[in-house]
Amino acid sequence: MPNKTFFAFILPSLIAMVLFIALPIVSVVVQSLYVSHEQIMVEVENCQPFGGCSTELRVDTAATAALREEQPLGRFNGLGTYVNRAHLATTELGVILSSERSIGEKWAQILNLPFYKALIFTLVYCFVVTPLAMALGFTIALAVNALPKVTKGPIIFFSLLPMIITPLIGSLILYWMLSPNGILGATIQHIFNDPTLSLRASPALTWGALLTYGVWTNAPFSFVVFYAGLQTVPGDTLESAMIDGASRWERIRYVIIPHLAPLATFVALVQLMDNFRVFEPIVGFSAEANATSLSWLIYNDLTGDSQQFGSAGATSVLTILGVVILLSPVLVRTWREFKHKAV
Amino acid sequence: MSEAMAHKRPALLNTFIYDFIVLWVILAAVPFLWTVWGSFKVEADFFSRESWWNAIFGTATMRETGAAFTGDGYYGAWITRDFWKAAFNTIIVTICVTTISLTLGTLGGYALARSGKNYAFWILIAALVFRAMPHITLVSGYLLPFFQLNIWGVLPTSIIVLVAINQPFTLWMLHSFFLSIPKDLDESAMVDGCTRFQAFRLVIMPVMWPGVVTTGLFSFLLGYNDFAVTAMLLSAENQTMVPKISSFLGSIQETGNVMFAVAAVVSATVPLFILVLFFQRQIVSGLTAGAVKG
Repeated sequence: MPNKTFFAFILPSLIAMVLFIALPIVSVVVQSLYVSHEQIMVEVENCQPFGGCSTELRVDTAATAALREEQPLGRFNGLGTYVNRAHLATTELGVILSSERSIGEKWAQILNLPFYKALIFTLVYCFVVTPLAMALGFTIALAVNALPKVTKGPIIFFSLLPMIITPLIGSLILYWMLSPNGILGATIQHIFNDPTLSLRASPALTWGALLTYGVWTNAPFSFVVFYAGLQTVPGDTLESAMIDGASRWERIRYVIIPHLAPLATFVALVQLMDNFRVFEPIVGFSAEANATSLSWLIYNDLTGDSQQFGSAGATSVLTILGVVILLSPVLVRTWREFKHKAV
Repeated sequence: MSEAMAHKRPALLNTFIYDFIVLWVILAAVPFLWTVWGSFKVEADFFSRESWWNAIFGTATMRETGAAFTGDGYYGAWITRDFWKAAFNTIIVTICVTTISLTLGTLGGYALARSGKNYAFWILIAALVFRAMPHITLVSGYLLPFFQLNIWGVLPTSIIVLVAINQPFTLWMLHSFFLSIPKDLDESAMVDGCTRFQAFRLVIMPVMWPGVVTTGLFSFLLGYNDFAVTAMLLSAENQTMVPKISSFLGSIQETGNVMFAVAAVVSATVPLFILVLFFQRQIVSGLTAGAVKG
């Protein structure tokens, strides 16, 4: 296809992506280097008829507003936002690591730093939910594959629901069931015989609930992909494995799993990308006291009373770096394949 | 293979398989059924301090309203709190997002599938990276410029942003779909004297609908399920359903408001149910298409 025709076809799509994906990334980087202006102070002289004069500092509201209006980005701060307490917290981290405390205490202190708290939860969510959801999805696929044909349709219908549901709505539905007066929350209190046990009071329960939600909503995707993969397992290979005396488990281990391995890489990649941006469940479960994520930190900066664009920008840049690190094995592999093809 | 082997499967394994499937279906479906049922009760039943049997029999609902079921939550959400407006906005947003993304995506995906040049490969790789960006990081880049340009808070801005965020995925899906349509088809049309665009319109368009419908379903879901973009970019009076539900939660302390949110949640789930009911096959094939080809 000639270049001119190619660009005529793809230009609208390209413009949309450049304007609303590439430029915002630039905008985020620029924002992260600025902080909002400090309030302008003026010295005011107060003179009382008998008490003499005293000067005091006051906020000049009008001038502050004018300055903020004039330069909405704020003032240049360099990398200051990146290293402050709300982000990489280099000073605080140094103090904690060099202190004479046990590892457990150091860990607890690091968890108090907002950025690390969010980063740790995001990574745990990614790397716990993805493999568990894939394992569950694979098991469901094997089980459904063994069922008579008529039951498959309805089961696939119900299985798709947790995946297709709006994340915020799905997490709210589970949250209401898990609230102390909801059916599951009350049951949990009953089982542990502890009437004060609730999502709000127990960080462990909050983490557990969020991870359970993650597996619940991620498993159907693995299930559908693996189920489709199972339909393409070569019958000859299975049969010869059976003739060679392979047990049911050995057939799964040595024929089916190797056959599905490329699909598994794909599923893992997609789910890692999606789980890294975990955000809605934190809002739905009102979990911010016990668990936050990188996306939630940005949301929180942007929705507060005063929107902190600099802080949101810095967290965004760090999150994007995280995405690039997460994707780098894929990018490197694609690049190698591409160069290989070119040579 | 599965049915032939079913006879040889030990009974214990069969029991295990059936139990497991029943358990999974309960896990997948019961939360929805429970919430739909509970949305017709009053708060004292759905969030019962005494026993969850109250939610099933509607004890407090009988006491408060005189019947076992009540539509108060729905009335409160749709009429008192203007949820109909949010539903209307959602319809506009999803229809526009789906049609615009598909229009841009089919043209772009077709070009990528037929180009074979290096830059087409790089565009696809860039799209993959863009696909992985958390949406909220992009939103934090939009806000300030949108305030400056005075286009914050209105539906068209959100629609365009959602279309752009959706492009990487749409391009990938349609790119692999168009690869599966033989090149000879449009090339022979061009030999017969068509321009590239005529070949696309007369030869490719009639056969592209299965792929477009499947991709369209996922574009619809992205617009419908989005929270990050619509919550940040729409003003209170222009909110779509999902941010509206989250704003119900903000004022949850007043009695009865929780049930408004429950009713709104159920209302917003219904279209998704219908979607899966009618398009189950397309959704499944869309999910697997990416996997098998990518």
